[in-house]
Amino acid sequence: MAVRPLGAEIELAVPSQPAGGASTLATLVRFVRKKPLGAAGGVLMLIMLVTGLLADVLQTHDPIATDASATLVRSSDAHWLGTDHLGRDIYSRIVHGARVSLMVGIGSTLLGSVLGGVIGLLSGYAGGKTDLVAQRLLDILQGLPLLVLALVMSASLGPSIPNVIVAISIPIVPRAARVIRASVLSIREMQYIEAARALGLRHLRIAFRHVLPNTVGPFIVLCTAQLGAAILVEAALSFLGLGVPEPYPSWGRMLSVSAAEYAQKAPHLVLYPGIAISLAVFGANLFGDALRDTLDPRLRGA
Amino acid sequence: MKSYIAQRLGIAVITLFGMSVVIFVLLRLAPGDIVDVLFSAAGYVNPEEKQAILEELGLDRPYWRQYLDWMGQIMVGDLGKSYRYDLPAWQIIKPLVPVTVELAILATIVSVLIGVPTGVLSAVRQDSALDYALRVFSLAGLSMPSFWLGMVIILSLVSWLAWLPPLTYVGPRENLWLHTVQFMLPALAVGYRSSALIMRITRSAMLEVLREDYIRTAWAKGQDSRAVVWRHALKNAVLPVVTVIGIEFAFLIGGLVVTETVFNLPGVARFLVEAILWRDYPVVQNLVMFIAIVVILSNLVVDLLYGVLDPRVRYAS
Repeated sequence: MAVRPLGAEIELAVPSQPAGGASTLATLVRFVRKKPLGAAGGVLMLIMLVTGLLADVLQTHDPIATDASATLVRSSDAHWLGTDHLGRDIYSRIVHGARVSLMVGIGSTLLGSVLGGVIGLLSGYAGGKTDLVAQRLLDILQGLPLLVLALVMSASLGPSIPNVIVAISIPIVPRAARVIRASVLSIREMQYIEAARALGLRHLRIAFRHVLPNTVGPFIVLCTAQLGAAILVEAALSFLGLGVPEPYPSWGRMLSVSAAEYAQKAPHLVLYPGIAISLAVFGANLFGDALRDTLDPRLRGA
Repeated sequence: MKSYIAQRLGIAVITLFGMSVVIFVLLRLAPGDIVDVLFSAAGYVNPEEKQAILEELGLDRPYWRQYLDWMGQIMVGDLGKSYRYDLPAWQIIKPLVPVTVELAILATIVSVLIGVPTGVLSAVRQDSALDYALRVFSLAGLSMPSFWLGMVIILSLVSWLAWLPPLTYVGPRENLWLHTVQFMLPALAVGYRSSALIMRITRSAMLEVLREDYIRTAWAKGQDSRAVVWRHALKNAVLPVVTVIGIEFAFLIGGLVVTETVFNLPGVARFLVEAILWRDYPVVQNLVMFIAIVVILSNLVVDLLYGVLDPRVRYAS
């Protein structure tokens, strides 16, 4: 650690900016100006979020209602993005698919990151043998590709939305634990932790009250980075028939075998859900990259 | 060096052992077994027949016995019997391996061919319009599901060239040209996606190296700029890139699971999905262990390559 004059330490304790709306807005403007791509990603994610929340308002048809008289229709005034082989409105299904994808994506990312974060925090703080054992156990989970582990998990848990969330969150756990542990290892050596220990605070209290808050930056970066991957894994699982079950509209399942069969006759069946997945993940990736550059200077440019 | 390899192999064995327990437990947790799947296809359940099949497959034994049975088989190189095909699992898996290996190698080549040049260009022209365009291009690859990209490739071939790539496997001896095309299309879809990470790492490694003194010296003595960038700089930026290619390999196998399904290629990854759906335990168990071994070994190989590529690296045990 670099030697810092005493004055700098004291200054750090005083908030340099008045808290409140004005400074948040200023931070936002600075972010947009410095990271235009990241801001674009943020806007994409916001659109996704609003679409998912307002799916019932935005839909033009019932997303699961079939219509035998209008199958494989191309885009028209009645069906903006056409219909599938069962006559279901693709636009309405994509809008509702945003809800399912976001629910699974955000749910599994949060679950996996929080679980992994707690493991990383405790194992990093405890150090020694506990840390070693935890690391070896995490090695086991990380020895498999994300999708393969999620596939086996999902098959063994059975198809339902909560199960898919769990299945995707487990492969995220070791990745999250590594990131949080790395930052805990450096925080642990800080002087204020030594001070807390000297005051006789209990270890758990130090870990959760004094170490944990300082890992928030890497934690947020981790979450946005995993969100895109989680959405992609959900799409792949649903595509293979091991993800979100019927009747929930899911982008991945809209692309599945039945769609592929009709793809030559009706390419829109394949095109639109894939564009929806790509835009959502693209937004998360752009935003996550910019956030990482801003919040985690050690990784800048990597 | 030798003790380092021994230590790493020791850890690998422990990891694989732990993984075998995890996989075994996960598969036994799964609702339904192969017998249920078989009977649900037939539409009726005969309890006596079911019991007979369970006994024949050894599924009536306690779980710990089943696990020990499996471990015992692995130790002697017996991969067990596929419930579904009533054949030794190895006999089914063997012809699938070359397909996946060929696909993985092609996809890796594609990802390096896309990732390294774009990463170098992006670093040399840092913060220019070209840099932004290349970064967006690579991030777009990371954002598209590779199976969807595969579908779009097939669809655009159909609509522009009115030509459909063969949807059943064509052997290299049958028709080499068709075989190559058939493998290049999924390799492109998977490789483009994998190129994103390679591009990123190449870019940041190059940015660091380009700031070194000896690069400035090379510029100062008026050396050809192509030689400076591609020979002097890239050579020293290649180390982290190699690591990422190793990590990519695991990533790639995940991508192949879906891509093989889209292109209907008879590879290990597609077969894994089928075996999971059929609850064909011996096949799933052994395939997953096989994938884990490949991943762990490729990580080890990458770490050892470090020392070959960069003599400054020393292995402490």
